[in-house]
Amino acid sequence: MSKKYDAGVKEYRDTYWTPDYVPLDTDLLACFKCTGQEGVPKEEVAAAVAAESSTGTWSTVWSELLTDLDFYKGRCYRIEDVPGDKEAFYAFIAYPLDLFEEGSITNVLTSLVGNVFGFKALRHLRLEDIRFPMAFIKTCPGPPNGICVERDRMNKYGRPLLGCTIKPKLGLSGKNYGRVVYECLRGGLDFTKDDENINSQPFQRWQNRFEFVAEAVALAQEETGEKKGHYLNCTANTPEEMYERAEFAKELKQPIIMHDYITGGFTANTGLSKWCRKNGMLLHIHRAMHAVIDRHPKHGIHFRVLAKCLRLSGGDQLHTGTVVGKLEGDRQTTLGYIDQLRESFVPEDRSRGNFFDQDWGSMPGVFAVASGGIHVWHMPALVAIFGDDSVLQFGGGTHGHPWGSAAGAAANRVALEACVKARNAGREIEKEGRDILLEAAKHSPELAIALETWKEIKFEFDTVDKLDVQ
Amino acid sequence: MPFKSTVGDYQTVATLETFGFLPPFTQDEIYDQIAYIIAQGWSPLVEHVHPSRSMSTYWSYWKLPFFGEKDLGVIVSELEGCHRAYPDHHVRLVGYDAYTQSQGSCFVVFEGR
Repeated sequence: MSKKYDAGVKEYRDTYWTPDYVPLDTDLLACFKCTGQEGVPKEEVAAAVAAESSTGTWSTVWSELLTDLDFYKGRCYRIEDVPGDKEAFYAFIAYPLDLFEEGSITNVLTSLVGNVFGFKALRHLRLEDIRFPMAFIKTCPGPPNGICVERDRMNKYGRPLLGCTIKPKLGLSGKNYGRVVYECLRGGLDFTKDDENINSQPFQRWQNRFEFVAEAVALAQEETGEKKGHYLNCTANTPEEMYERAEFAKELKQPIIMHDYITGGFTANTGLSKWCRKNGMLLHIHRAMHAVIDRHPKHGIHFRVLAKCLRLSGGDQLHTGTVVGKLEGDRQTTLGYIDQLRESFVPEDRSRGNFFDQDWGSMPGVFAVASGGIHVWHMPALVAIFGDDSVLQFGGGTHGHPWGSAAGAAANRVALEACVKARNAGREIEKEGRDILLEAAKHSPELAIALETWKEIKFEFDTVDKLDVQ
Repeated sequence: MPFKSTVGDYQTVATLETFGFLPPFTQDEIYDQIAYIIAQGWSPLVEHVHPSRSMSTYWSYWKLPFFGEKDLGVIVSELEGCHRAYPDHHVRLVGYDAYTQSQGSCFVVFEGR
């Protein structure tokens, strides 16, 4: 039966609060943590979020009647209290698949975290999780290579990979920069990394850096007999320049490039990732700007959503925090989203912050990268937390070694291998970490000195953003 | 008093990937790693190559992967058999994971010269 046009302002909950709705397998589901303005009922706030992030606008409009809005609207189907918080509540919203362009993370985010975040009826709003339906996932390109292919290309098996960011992060000439790369790689690291803010500055233009780095990688590979790589940062001002840098890395026969997916944007990232798949290039992903979006416990987007979006947009390695280092990150939450990067199915588990069952189907996995303020004493905990499918990156913990970066690299490599060996032999490496490292140091003066250098440094601050549990 | 630097000279070493930075494993330590491979449900396999080709993707299989083998002693004797047959080759032990189609473990047991 056709409907009648009735102009005016209608309450959102009449249309968008549908507690009887049973979500479809093809629906995209979202969980928002909502904090409404005082006096606004929860159902009205939740329905407003569903409306403003899908088909709704503030007033009834005649042109709604030209389509079947019931087919296209987002629906809030569940409201839950947030444990330990009287003000905030979770709103679960189901969006029909047809609201989104196939394979476009940009489009999904523009809808879900667009205007609605500025909505006046809300004091705060946070997107906690998205359940991507398989029907959407199969339209996304995903990681250009994935964990299995990366291991095969780099010939690294049975252990986490070892990396390091070149320091100082700014101000080195191309030749000096290449020297530091060479020192790290000859010392036993698998990868070195451009700092995220190294792009193409006056002191070191990108082409010059790429050439010296390529020479350093080739030399270290020849001398050590092991496969080596350096993440050449291709993040640039325009897509054209980004692709030009990627092409040059390929010309230099480099195995891996790098992109900053939030500052660079999802469109650029997906494009570069597709280029990587086509050109046999590994892709390391940095996440500058993420903490602006994900750190506030009541407003923004949780990093697990950004991590899921990256896996869909494409990347072979993604920074995830370290749990133990200088940067924010609670252990259970981190474990929850590294599962989202690496596993083919992740069950709902509130104790890890995962709000939905998430089936990834055949999508390849992404290496979790732990980087930031970690040193050799953290190694046992890092191996235990992150497992083999990770890249552990020690910046200051490599270059800060009294003998220099090569010895720092060797110390980390010895420590890593000692922990893996002990774990495989059935030892509890977090409990016995100290003994394991001290035993290994008997055969490695580089490690002995590293253990002495960093013995006092800890980063024990409380996490700002915790899981909502009582 | 003459100045004496406390900085050591780090010399580059040629290594063979995982566990290349640790001293050679004892017999017991090798047993531990084989037990780990078997406990994970992976298939042990033995590969060898002449040192001049150590960076190539494909090393020669010694026989075939030992699918379903649970006896540590069998794997040790296959490693030794391979080493006897190719004394100048590197010999490595792999824990092959059919689920990920990757190597859950891989390290050189005998270094060739």
